[in-house]
Amino acid sequence: MLTALDDGWADPARLYREGRRAQLLLEQAREAVAAELRCRPDELSFTSSGTQAVQLAVLGAVQARQSAARGPGHLVASAVEHSSVLNAADWLTRTTGAAVSITGVDRLGRADGGEFAAAVQRERTLLACLQSANHEVGTLQPVEQAVGVCQEHRVPLLVDAGASAGRLPVPAGWSLLTASAHKWGGPAGVGVLAVRKGTRWREPFPADDRENHRVPGFPNVPAVLAAAASLTATGRERAASDTALRALVDRIRAAVPATVPDSVVHGDPDARLPHIVTFSCLYVDGEALVTELDRAGFSVSSGSACVADTRQPSHVLAAMGALTHGNVRVSLPSGTSAESVTQFLDILPPIVEKVRQEVTA
Amino acid sequence: MTRPVEAPALTIDALGKKCPIPIIMLAEQIRNVRIGQLVEVLADDPAAKTDLPAWCALKSQEFVLTADLAPVPGARTGWSFLVRRSY
Repeated sequence: MLTALDDGWADPARLYREGRRAQLLLEQAREAVAAELRCRPDELSFTSSGTQAVQLAVLGAVQARQSAARGPGHLVASAVEHSSVLNAADWLTRTTGAAVSITGVDRLGRADGGEFAAAVQRERTLLACLQSANHEVGTLQPVEQAVGVCQEHRVPLLVDAGASAGRLPVPAGWSLLTASAHKWGGPAGVGVLAVRKGTRWREPFPADDRENHRVPGFPNVPAVLAAAASLTATGRERAASDTALRALVDRIRAAVPATVPDSVVHGDPDARLPHIVTFSCLYVDGEALVTELDRAGFSVSSGSACVADTRQPSHVLAAMGALTHGNVRVSLPSGTSAESVTQFLDILPPIVEKVRQEVTA
Repeated sequence: MTRPVEAPALTIDALGKKCPIPIIMLAEQIRNVRIGQLVEVLADDPAAKTDLPAWCALKSQEFVLTADLAPVPGARTGWSFLVRRSY
């Protein structure tokens, strides 16, 4: 990261020596990331976040295919997409009048392939959006099936690989792909947008010549270099690290319902991301649970309403029909030790018991 | 197409109570009605809309329906949830 700051500080659009050096490093990073994500370097642009990548993907793909003559059209997204996808779709509804079909999921959080396919086949579908895997419960999505129906009906497919990139191979057949470097262990402030050759896409924001005319503004070259370095490192160590994390998540999935009364683990036990597990404990305040676990040294997230700024429960858990209160999401970084998982599983039952007594008191 | 249902044997007023209090009240009080009778829970916490049916599924109680409460000026929208004690 420090070498990256020394070498990559200059503006890659400039012709002086430091600028050329930054440009060379940026293009090397692009080639490395493109190879990991299985696309061509000229299809790939770096953005300032995963959210920006999603906004550019959704708005650019839809606006390229909207026309005054044929109307604002229609988009499809599963109900458990990342909020950036759903918010971009909502934005298109409000600003252009585009219709949006939100398609359902089963109890494990897996998109209903039949409902998704039926929505894609509606008239004037301009874009379909399906994540590779769910970011909250880890369930893998039926991307291959979505690719089939989208190709058959000539509808571009956005695959948001934010939760899985760097952990699992990127599924084939997408028209647009998005990811976020901090999710694979890279720095904050780097996202990835890939637009497959032949996919119609138009700049949704005022023109700028950066990143193949796709992303406005001077790219953060040092952060991009660090992101590429961590992705290629993740790629090399992926198999060993994933096997270890998968086994640890299996332990958590088995231990929580066995040791915490009235608890339920969410998501698919097998077809899932290696490192994420989410569970809910009945009769527990999610905020109190997160606070107590933090005090014990464990940083976990929660999909409970009381933890959200909006006071709304997680839209993912709601779409699954899953219990939203007392919710804990554990995301294991690469290299998590078996001892720390044992510690977590030891302190969890007494903490849940304590919070339960406080809430009923 | 909601089929008509009989009047609830018990109404629990959890309006203004945050998650998970409405669920705790239901779990405590469902034993106060006979098996086969209905309990109505009134709640306005957004999480209740998901958590009442989810609790019924986890506890094998029968979730009957959700109905919007008539809007009260200045108050949050609330719901009436009907649950049938099944054991």
